[in-house]
Amino acid sequence: MTTSDRTDGAHDASETTPPLLVGAAWLLVGVPLAYGLWQTLVRASALFTG
Amino acid sequence: MSRLDKQAIVAGPGYSRWLIPPAALAVHLSIGQVYAFSVFKNSLVASFDTSLTAIGWVFSISIVMLGLSAAVLGTWVERSGPRKAMLAAALCWGVGFVVGSAGIASGQLWLLYLGYGVIGGIGLGIGYISPVSTLIKWFPDRPGLATGMAIMGFGGGALIASPLSNRLMGVYDPDFVPTDPGAVASGSALAQTFLTLGIVYTAFMLVGAALVRVPPGHGDDSTAEHSPGTNGALVRASQAIRTPQFWLLWVVLFCNVTAGIGILEQAAPMIQDFFREGGDSTVSAAAAGGFVGVLSLANMIGRFVWSSTSDRIGRKPTYVMYLGVGLVLYLLLALFGSSSTVVFVALAAVIISYYGGGFATVPAYLKDLFGTLEVGAIHGRLLTAWAAAGVAGPLIVNGILDRVGEPGNLVAADYRPALLTMVGVLAVGFVANLLIRPVSDEHFDHDAHSANEDRIAARQEATR
Repeated sequence: MTTSDRTDGAHDASETTPPLLVGAAWLLVGVPLAYGLWQTLVRASALFTG
Repeated sequence: MSRLDKQAIVAGPGYSRWLIPPAALAVHLSIGQVYAFSVFKNSLVASFDTSLTAIGWVFSISIVMLGLSAAVLGTWVERSGPRKAMLAAALCWGVGFVVGSAGIASGQLWLLYLGYGVIGGIGLGIGYISPVSTLIKWFPDRPGLATGMAIMGFGGGALIASPLSNRLMGVYDPDFVPTDPGAVASGSALAQTFLTLGIVYTAFMLVGAALVRVPPGHGDDSTAEHSPGTNGALVRASQAIRTPQFWLLWVVLFCNVTAGIGILEQAAPMIQDFFREGGDSTVSAAAAGGFVGVLSLANMIGRFVWSSTSDRIGRKPTYVMYLGVGLVLYLLLALFGSSSTVVFVALAAVIISYYGGGFATVPAYLKDLFGTLEVGAIHGRLLTAWAAAGVAGPLIVNGILDRVGEPGNLVAADYRPALLTMVGVLAVGFVANLLIRPVSDEHFDHDAHSANEDRIAARQEATR
């Protein structure tokens, strides 16, 4: 452990991040974003059909 | 030391940096709702029995508070770390909605100003800058990509909030038909929608606060290894605002935002007016709404694509593109935009993608100029340019258009003076960008610089 690490204080207990957690985090923000994108695409399509 | 302090959220050696962008997105997707505020306008006007201007002030107050709070609280955000800042932003944003909801329920417009405008606006400012410095530190190799992902979320937040709010108002008021442009939701439905959004956004932002970490070695700024800017620059926020580079970049951001607002402010009536023949427009109201959707997409995509591109081509050339090519495109829009809807939409979409890109690329530009020492605080101060443009842009556009008539009843030629004014605004920004040079070492924090050099040397020695 380096000096700067010691002065940083607490660390996470886990050594590596589970890939599932990374996937879940991206899903959490990706799903609403995909919903918004889809709704906007539907709205934008009126430009070509309306 | 509390669990919120920066020292308590230092990542372990195996913590994935790919958890930081979703943490930042959870905040930016929530606060990006502010760009969808117009979805409530008709209902709020009816609920308070007041003018559109009086309701428009709610949005204006929140954007001005965004700029002011980012500037004033930037140093606090930098020193407290992203988790404490995200928590504060979540509480302000959520409380803003709740107080706004109480204002709607009781018919007190001042409570809406205070809640959504002032308290929510402070949440916007803190939330906007809270993940930026952390992202740059996690992705020193790709700062444009990292901040582009987060700030793209601010554009994406509006895409989510608009249909979500319409759906909620429809649930709470069965008579409200979201597809009808003139539809008005009841005051009770509005109040419940605000309350629901406040709770949902607070919870969503708290997930971001729980996920976020600072990179190993960044728990204490005085002992952290910072990435210097050009020529080894490490500049504190208080000193950065004394440099010409800061104010030139302020002018660049101000001009880029003002020019974008020139189109965004009147997008729907503008496309109808550009294609008006004998009093009637060939573009329907539904198609004009579609045009606004296309601009929203361009705004969001531009934030990610152009900011990521800046990592490869450099920050200054990227702004030469935003302002220089943007200027030419604006000129083409003014002179030939009415030749075809395809030309009009394509030109406007690229211009708005530059508008979004300008927001997303500026933190990386600041990092290049001033280093990472207090880049978040410097970014906060720079955002006053956004607040100023948020006031100046509509004033310029509406002021010019008011002289010729009411948008929605104009023709293409009526927009030419406003668009050509924006060409001039972009030209000013273009020159300001060209004048930006690396920061002189008289502004560096020499103590931080030499300590940083020692830390880098010690690390290299240890890894040898």
